[in-house]
Amino acid sequence: MNMTTHADGSVKVVPVRHYGRWVGGFVALVAVLMLAHTLISKVPTGQVACRTINAVRSCDKVVNWRFSWNVVFQYFSTSEVFHGLVVTLELTGLAMVIGIVGGVLLAIMRLSQSRLLSSTAWSYTWFFRGTPVLVQLLFWFNIAALYKTMSIGVPFLNVTFIHLTVNSIFTPFNAAVLALGTNEAAYFSEIARSGLIAVDEGQIEAASSLGMARGQTLRLVVLPQAMRVILPPTGNEVISMLKTSSLASAVGVIELLAATNNISAANYEVMPLLIVASLWYLMVTTILSIGQFYLERHFARGASRTPPMTPIQRIRKDVRGIVAKFRTVRPERALAP
Amino acid sequence: MTGVRDRDVPMVEARGVAKSYAGIEVLKGVDLTVNRGEVTCLIGPSGSGKSTLLRCINHLEKHDAGELRVDGELVGYEARNGKLYELNDKKICEKRSHIGMVFQRFNLFQHLTVLENVTIGQTQVKNIDRDAARSRARELLARVGLESKEKHYPSQLSGGQQQRVAIARALAMEPKLMLFDEPTSALDPELVGEVLEVMKDLAKSGMTMIVVTHEMGFAREVADTVYFLDAGIIEESGDPNLVLTSPSSDRLKIFLSKVL
Repeated sequence: MNMTTHADGSVKVVPVRHYGRWVGGFVALVAVLMLAHTLISKVPTGQVACRTINAVRSCDKVVNWRFSWNVVFQYFSTSEVFHGLVVTLELTGLAMVIGIVGGVLLAIMRLSQSRLLSSTAWSYTWFFRGTPVLVQLLFWFNIAALYKTMSIGVPFLNVTFIHLTVNSIFTPFNAAVLALGTNEAAYFSEIARSGLIAVDEGQIEAASSLGMARGQTLRLVVLPQAMRVILPPTGNEVISMLKTSSLASAVGVIELLAATNNISAANYEVMPLLIVASLWYLMVTTILSIGQFYLERHFARGASRTPPMTPIQRIRKDVRGIVAKFRTVRPERALAP
Repeated sequence: MTGVRDRDVPMVEARGVAKSYAGIEVLKGVDLTVNRGEVTCLIGPSGSGKSTLLRCINHLEKHDAGELRVDGELVGYEARNGKLYELNDKKICEKRSHIGMVFQRFNLFQHLTVLENVTIGQTQVKNIDRDAARSRARELLARVGLESKEKHYPSQLSGGQQQRVAIARALAMEPKLMLFDEPTSALDPELVGEVLEVMKDLAKSGMTMIVVTHEMGFAREVADTVYFLDAGIIEESGDPNLVLTSPSSDRLKIFLSKVL
């Protein structure tokens, strides 16, 4: 029996001590606590900052919290903010639908054998990625300056099927949806293309050898496998779109940021209302991230031997680990003389 | 299949089939005849054109010249009024669905379970209803010895198991001809046997098979005819016992001395 072995034959193992990690963790914890303290601390009496210009409010009675959380809570779920949030969600949703459908079509065009189709798709992406989305937004909003009316017919012949006046179509909201959606399509086409070319050529050959048509191969074999590659950057794009939609306030769409700005323009509570907007953006982003996790898990099937654990599974595993630890401790005590 | 005429026509007939990639001639006029119920092995060094010839037969590659017929019908074209009309996608798909193919890298659909891999062709291409497709799939999985793996994904199987699923997937289409493109080349040596066993059983059942392979033992035991390709030309062909034991061309002598 050598020195490291206990009487019962077990060996004591000393894990590596990560001193640097402990110090770093401690610094981070202190920083977080300091930040948390600034969020909730009261201003010491005598230094009361009178931030409300509105004469009705007296300084000593009302806002002695620097962040004016009471103002935040007061406006957090007012109908104006709520309407703004709904418009933001509508903008994000519609623009993403245009972006994803358009992007997948552009990616398929880009990969087409036809030179005409692939160069059209390339030019589209070149144009819409090459100019700022804010410029595109203003462009769509002001498009009536270029085209008074729009019609669908045969070019250069006097045949028209549909005829519309431009100003009736390009309302601020429609212009914003179109601008955000067409811009997104350019970016999404690259995401979709990367997913499509990531699928092994052999998968397509196997589908062909079974007699599947091109459309079936794309729908049943290529796209489901491309999703695994497409999803993570798509989650990024949706979250990015949620926030980019605030640009729509530039053409007068009352979305979330415009709604809170309107309120603070009347009561001068700029910071609390920006916090209101930020909290809502954060909440929606959180929900989207959770959705993304489960979608990715769904499309990862077959790709890796063990799919990533859900948070619930992880907690269960941790609890089981802790319970197991206690169980193994007890018999040792019992064995001790 | 149907009719008396079909019985007399070879399953595959190639006359002067040629194919080039970017100016490089891979096949330089190949003649080949595969009769019904026969096993044909294509052997030869890498780059000799064996796989290309195989892929021309189910039109995964287009041949540039020569005449290629499967079951008496031209591959990829239709002769009408003294002209050759290129077939459209739908007709090509229909013809491919009667020819099974097994690949070197298995190419199982990674996102589908074993059972789904074997049913997808039946339900999507042959429009067989799901339950019938499943029971046929289970039958075939039992035949290749994998009935217990139907819920697994391809990534959870060994190479040999994956290749056996791929054979079952191809058989599910009830093909009249099976093409094997180096089916054991990507396998660990100890897994080669289980795939070859399945292929031997299939040969015994009377399936017409064309096998590109480096397994000379299999070729000698199972093949009715062996073709030796080198640099896009068939150097030698005939009964495997003759071709593989007493080769007449120097090229084949050198090849066999390296492979055996």
